[in-house]
Amino acid sequence: MDTVRQNVNLTETKNNLKKQQRRLLMRKFLSNKPAVTGLSIMLFLIILSTVGAWLVQYSPLEMDPTSRLEGPSAEHVLGTDNFGRDLLSRVIYGSQVSLIVGFSVALITSVCGMIIGLYASYYKRLDNILMRICDGLMSFPAILLAIAIMAALGPSINNVILALSIVYTPHIARVVRSSGIVVRKQTYIEAIESQGASSTRVIWKRMAPNTLSPLIVQSTFIFANAIIIEAALSFLGAGVPAPQPSWGNILYDGKLVIFNAWWMTVFPGICIILSTLGLNLAGDGLRDIIDPNS
Amino acid sequence: MKEYVLKRILSLIPILFIVSLVVFFIIHITPGDPAYVMLGDTATEEQVEELRGQLGLDRPIYEQYFIWIGGIVTGNLGYSYFMDMSVTTALLEHLSPTAALALLAEILAICIGIPFGILAAKKKGSYLDQSLMGFSLLGISIPSFLLALLLILLISVQLQWLPVAGYAPISEGIGMHLKYLILPAISLGVMQAALIARMTRSSMLDVLNENYIKTALSKGAKNRSIVYKHALRNAFLPILTVIGQTFGVLVTGAAVVETVFNIPGLGQLIINSIERRDYSTIQGVILFITFSYVIINLLIDLIYGIIDPRVRLSQK
Amino acid sequence: MGDHNFLKVENLSTHFKTERGKVTAVEGITFDLREGEILGIVGESGCGKSVTSQSILRLFDEKHLASHGGRILFKGKNLLELSNSEMEDIRGNEISMIFQDPLSSLNPVFTVGQQITEAILLHQKLSRKEAFNQAIEMLKLTGIPAPEKRINEYPHELSGGMRQRVMIAMALACKPSLLIADEPTTALDVTIQAQILELMLDLKKESNMGIIFITHDLGVVAETCTRVAVMYLGQVVEETDIDSLFEKPLHPYTKGLLKSIPKIDGDRNRKLNEVEGTVPSLNNIPKGCRFSTRCKFADEKCRQQMPELESHNDTHKVRCWHYKEILERGDQFATTSN
Repeated sequence: MDTVRQNVNLTETKNNLKKQQRRLLMRKFLSNKPAVTGLSIMLFLIILSTVGAWLVQYSPLEMDPTSRLEGPSAEHVLGTDNFGRDLLSRVIYGSQVSLIVGFSVALITSVCGMIIGLYASYYKRLDNILMRICDGLMSFPAILLAIAIMAALGPSINNVILALSIVYTPHIARVVRSSGIVVRKQTYIEAIESQGASSTRVIWKRMAPNTLSPLIVQSTFIFANAIIIEAALSFLGAGVPAPQPSWGNILYDGKLVIFNAWWMTVFPGICIILSTLGLNLAGDGLRDIIDPNS
Repeated sequence: MKEYVLKRILSLIPILFIVSLVVFFIIHITPGDPAYVMLGDTATEEQVEELRGQLGLDRPIYEQYFIWIGGIVTGNLGYSYFMDMSVTTALLEHLSPTAALALLAEILAICIGIPFGILAAKKKGSYLDQSLMGFSLLGISIPSFLLALLLILLISVQLQWLPVAGYAPISEGIGMHLKYLILPAISLGVMQAALIARMTRSSMLDVLNENYIKTALSKGAKNRSIVYKHALRNAFLPILTVIGQTFGVLVTGAAVVETVFNIPGLGQLIINSIERRDYSTIQGVILFITFSYVIINLLIDLIYGIIDPRVRLSQK
Repeated sequence: MGDHNFLKVENLSTHFKTERGKVTAVEGITFDLREGEILGIVGESGCGKSVTSQSILRLFDEKHLASHGGRILFKGKNLLELSNSEMEDIRGNEISMIFQDPLSSLNPVFTVGQQITEAILLHQKLSRKEAFNQAIEMLKLTGIPAPEKRINEYPHELSGGMRQRVMIAMALACKPSLLIADEPTTALDVTIQAQILELMLDLKKESNMGIIFITHDLGVVAETCTRVAVMYLGQVVEETDIDSLFEKPLHPYTKGLLKSIPKIDGDRNRKLNEVEGTVPSLNNIPKGCRFSTRCKFADEKCRQQMPELESHNDTHKVRCWHYKEILERGDQFATTSN
C-alpha cells in the first residue's frame, strides 16, 4: 500500500514539477520582447492573409484595363498594377502563398530532418553516409540549389516547396544530429539501454524530446529563409507562375514599371521585410529563451 | 600543417562527388524527355533524335555520367546549342562582372560588419549596441534583390544620383566601373555585413568571458590590447566561417541582383538559360559556382589552421 | 615579521549589477597580510572566495558589471581609488594572480613564450630578446624540463601540471610582492598538486613575497599558511593565525569545517557531515547571522541581527554573537539557548 501511495505522490510531484517548468517557460517567453514582438507580427500577417482575403472587394486576378497603374486611392487602397489589378488584393493573396510555402517548408524539413538527424546520431555507420550527403547538399549555396531544382521541375508552388525542402532538410538534420549525439553520450541512456530499452524507444522517447528546442529555433529561421528564397525565385520567374500573385512576382511586375509605380515595389517589399523580420525576431528570442547561457 | 592540408583536401572528394551527382541528375529529373523539352513543341522527331545523340542521352546513365565528369575534369563543361559555343567560354565571358560585384560586396560587408560587431560587443547592453543589433536584424531580414529595388527607387529614380541599371567593365575606368557597381554591391553587402556583425559580436562576447581574458587583465594588459590582441584573434575563427559562407551566398546573390540591374554576369546567364531550357549551361554554371564555393571554404579552413594552433595540431 | 601596512582589506564589498538589480556577492571582507606571510582564504564553493581575490586586483568590469565598497590598502595606497592606468601598472607587476584552471587561463592561440614575454614587456623596459631570455629563466625556475623547447609550444601541447608551472612563471615574471593563488591545485592530479604546492613554497622562500592562498582544502591550509580567513556566504566569519584556527576555533562554522576533515586514525563511526543543512542561495540570504539557518546554537537574536566581525584578541577575529558563551559552556549552550 505504502509503495503505491509513494508512487502516486511521485507522479504527482513530477506533474507539479512539469507544470512549474511550463509556467516558468511561459513567463520567460512573455518577458522576452523579441519573441513576443516577432510572433505578434506573424500572427498579424496570418490574420491579414486569411481574414483580409475574405474582406477585400476585388479578386487578385480581375483585370481592369481602364484603371492601370493607379496610385493608392480610396477605391484601390494600395493602387493597381500594370494590368489594372487591385494591388491590395494581390498582396494579401500573395501573403497566403508566402506563408504556405514558408510553413510547409519549415514543417517538412523539421520532420525529415529530425528523422535523418536522430537515426544518424544513433547509428554510427548510417551517420557517415547521411552526413556526407548532407555535406554535399549544404555545399551548394541555398538559392543556387533551389534554382537548379526549379529549372528541372518547372515553376509551380508545389515544386517551390519541394525544392526548398530538399535545400533545407540537411540544415535541420545537422542540428538534430549534434544535439542527438550529446544526449546519446549521456550516462542515463547507457543505463536504460543496459536494462533492455529498444533503439526505437531510446531514439523517440529519450533523444527526440531533447532535440526539439534547437530544432524549433532552426525551423523558425528556415521559415524566414524560405519566404525570402520563394520571393527571389518568383522574382526571377522560376517560382510561383503568373498570374497567381506572390510577393516575388508582384515585385517582378513592379520592376518593369519602377519609374511610374513605386507602390508596386514598396508594398510587397514591406510585407516581405515584415514577415522575415518577425520570424528572425522570433527565432532570436526563442534561442535566448532556450539557451541557458545567454 | 602538411598533413592537415592534405586531410582537408581529401575530405573534399566525397563532397565534390555528391555535388557532381546532384548537378548531373538535374537534367534527368526533368519531367519528360529533356531533348524534347529543350527543342520545344515544334520539333520534329528527327531533330529530337539528333539532339539526344549529341547530348548522349541514348547511352546508359552511368556512361553518360562518366563522359560528363570526364569532360569536366579536363575543363570542358559541355556545349550550349542555344548560344552555339562551349559552356566554358560562355561562363568566362560572364564571370568578371559577377566576380567584381561579389568581391566589392564582400569588402563592404567585412569593413562594416567586423568593426560594428566589435563596437557592439565592447558596449554590450548600451543604446549603441541595441541600435547596431537592431539594424543588423533589419539587415538580415531584407533580401538583397528587394533592397536593390528599394535603393533604385530612392537613389536612382527619386534622387537620380546613380544610373538605374547597366554595367561598365573596369576597362572603361575605375570611376565608371564603381558608379555602376556600387548600388548592386550595397544591396548585396548589407545582409552579409549584418550577418558578420552579429557573429562578430556574439563571438567577441563569448571570448571576452573566457578565463584567459582575466589572465591577460591580471598581467596588467591594457584594454585595447585585450580586445584587439587577446580576444579578437580567438574570436576570429567563427567570424571567418561566416565570411566563407557569405562568399557563396554573395556569388549566387549576385546572380539575383544582377538581373535587377541588368548586369551581364553569371546570374543573367543562368536565368536566360533557364528560360531557354539550356540544361548544359545551367549544369555548367551551377557546378562552377558550387566548386568555387567549396574551394573558398577549403581556403578558409586552411587559414583557420594558421590562426588556431589547436586546429592544425589536433590533426596529427 | 615585516610591515604592518603591506595589505589591509577593510570591510570590502563587491556588488554586481544584474537584470534583477544590484546583487551583493561579498561584503564585510576584512583581513590583513604582512610581507612574506601566507594567508589562506577557506570556505565552501560559492562562498565568495574567488570574488574576493579578483576584487583585490579589480578584475571585474567596473563600468558595467561590478562596484566595490570598503578599502583595500596595499602598501598604504587604497587600490579602489586608483585610476585604471595606475591599476594596470600594479597588476602583474606588484600583485600577480594564478587561476584555478591553467588550460582555460592560458590563451590558446599564443605560445607559452609569447604570453610570458608579454607580461615582462608590459612592466619592464627590456628588448624582446632580453624578455624572451628572462622568460626562459622563469620557466627554468619553475622546473619545466627543456624550457628552450617548451617556450615555443602552445598551452594545449603541455600537461596540466606543466601549464600551471607556466602560469606561475608568468605570474612571477616581474617579481611581484603579492601573489594571489586562486585554487591553483584544484584542477590537478593529487601528485602534481603536491609538486606545485612545494614549488610555490620554494619560490616564496627566495623572494619573501606575500601570498593569498584561496582553497577549500583545509589540509593544504595546514601545510602552507600562516594566517587564515574563513568565509561563509560572502562574509569573513573568522580570521586568525594558523595555530589558533586548528586548536581554538571560535566560530561554529569553522568548528564544523574542521570536524568534517576525515582522519585515518579517527573514529570511523563519527559522522563526517558535521555542518548540517545546505548553503542558502545568494538571493535568499538570511536576515541576521548568515550561518543561523545551519547553526545549532542559533537563537532569535542570531536570526534577526547580523553580528560584526569583532576582535577576540590581537590576532583573532570572529563574527558570532555567542562565541564567548560557546567557548565557556561548549555544547551545553545549544540546549539552554534553544
